[in-house]
Amino acid sequence: MSHEELAHPELVAGVTVDDDSQDLSRSEVILKGALAAGAVYGTFMVGPYVRKALAMSGGGDVDILNFALTLEYLETKFYEEAKTRARAKGELKALVDLIAKDEAEHVEALTATVKQLGGKPVAEPKFEFDYNDTAGFLKLAQTFEDTGVSAYNGAGPQIKSKDVLAAAGSIVQVEARHAAAIRIQNGAEPSPEAFDPPLDEMQVLKAVEPFIA
Amino acid sequence: MKDKLKDPVSRRKFMALSGGSAAAAAFLAACGSDDSSSTMATTTGADGMGGGMADGETAQFGKGDLGIVNYALTLEYLEAAFYADVVKSGLFKGAELKAIEKFGREEAEHVEALTQAAKSLGGKPAAEPKVEFPLEDAQAVVELAATVENLGAAAYLGQAANIKSPEVLASALAIHSVEGRHAAALNGMLGVSITPDGAFAKPADAQTVLKSVEPFIVG
Repeated sequence: MSHEELAHPELVAGVTVDDDSQDLSRSEVILKGALAAGAVYGTFMVGPYVRKALAMSGGGDVDILNFALTLEYLETKFYEEAKTRARAKGELKALVDLIAKDEAEHVEALTATVKQLGGKPVAEPKFEFDYNDTAGFLKLAQTFEDTGVSAYNGAGPQIKSKDVLAAAGSIVQVEARHAAAIRIQNGAEPSPEAFDPPLDEMQVLKAVEPFIA
Repeated sequence: MKDKLKDPVSRRKFMALSGGSAAAAAFLAACGSDDSSSTMATTTGADGMGGGMADGETAQFGKGDLGIVNYALTLEYLEAAFYADVVKSGLFKGAELKAIEKFGREEAEHVEALTQAAKSLGGKPAAEPKVEFPLEDAQAVVELAATVENLGAAAYLGQAANIKSPEVLASALAIHSVEGRHAAALNGMLGVSITPDGAFAKPADAQTVLKSVEPFIVG
């Protein structure tokens, strides 16, 4: 296999995901979009980008909302605990309080929406967070917030209801704001990339699994 | 080409099946939110270039997704030019200058991506507007940057649910959250809340956004 072929496995995967000759428009758009974006960011970014956004199983909006709810449970618990465990002071303490409140509101909203759609809100898992100091807390917080942003971004194109999509959008922007603020506390760039990469459900689960007891 | 873009299994079709308005009600209740945004572009006006009602508030930039992409592109042009001017102004040094340069580079990447997206939709990318910003003192510039970024984030949020192509939506979402990150960082620099709307960010419709940036567009 030539170097050229090896250089673009993600792109090929991205295009073939939707290999349905009946639906020319869709694969055409994916191909064009991937090629165009590939020209800009390099294929490295684009292959997974297109593929992940389309790869999530079509479990419906209730499943997506319940998945988001699980992540919000995790964040809520994490920040609630952090109020006493993270030894945060001053600006960071205020930030922890603010984020804890936002995440709890996300839990409420997602729970209510699952019910409105006729679904059953998923039960809250038991979580365990392993850290001993402020630095350890911040490291985990950054992971959770960045993962949360990517999880919503990955799920977005799978959402069928316009209203659920708009609501998820209003939450993900807040997650992104949290992520930026936490990253600044960590001495990291608030926006590491020009595009927040999407993650699919499996990748998100893998990221949060170690914290589910 | 444009007709083909209308995926038979479109979001709209699903909308009717999935009880969307109930979800909205739940969220609105949870947010304690106020009015929803207007979709009428009365002052900026569709000048006959766009289509009918279906294209809504971004019709002046093109039909459907192309209109949304070109609307976003216009805003990104504005942001990229703003940061480029700020960098040249000499008002910032050190870490602040580095942060501004990075934000500027990211906006420039958004411009490139949206230009490509417009082309991939078979359309003509929006032209770069001529812009001018007041750049007198550092504090005022950071305030303006925060205003622009918060507005940009709200603009993407206002359009997300109108986007039909999953690919365009994925790209818009990837940009939207970065605008949110920028906005939060700048709000933080100013000592104002990183989440000014609370736990749920509010969208802005195109008319509101365009009116807000109008003072900076000189041609």
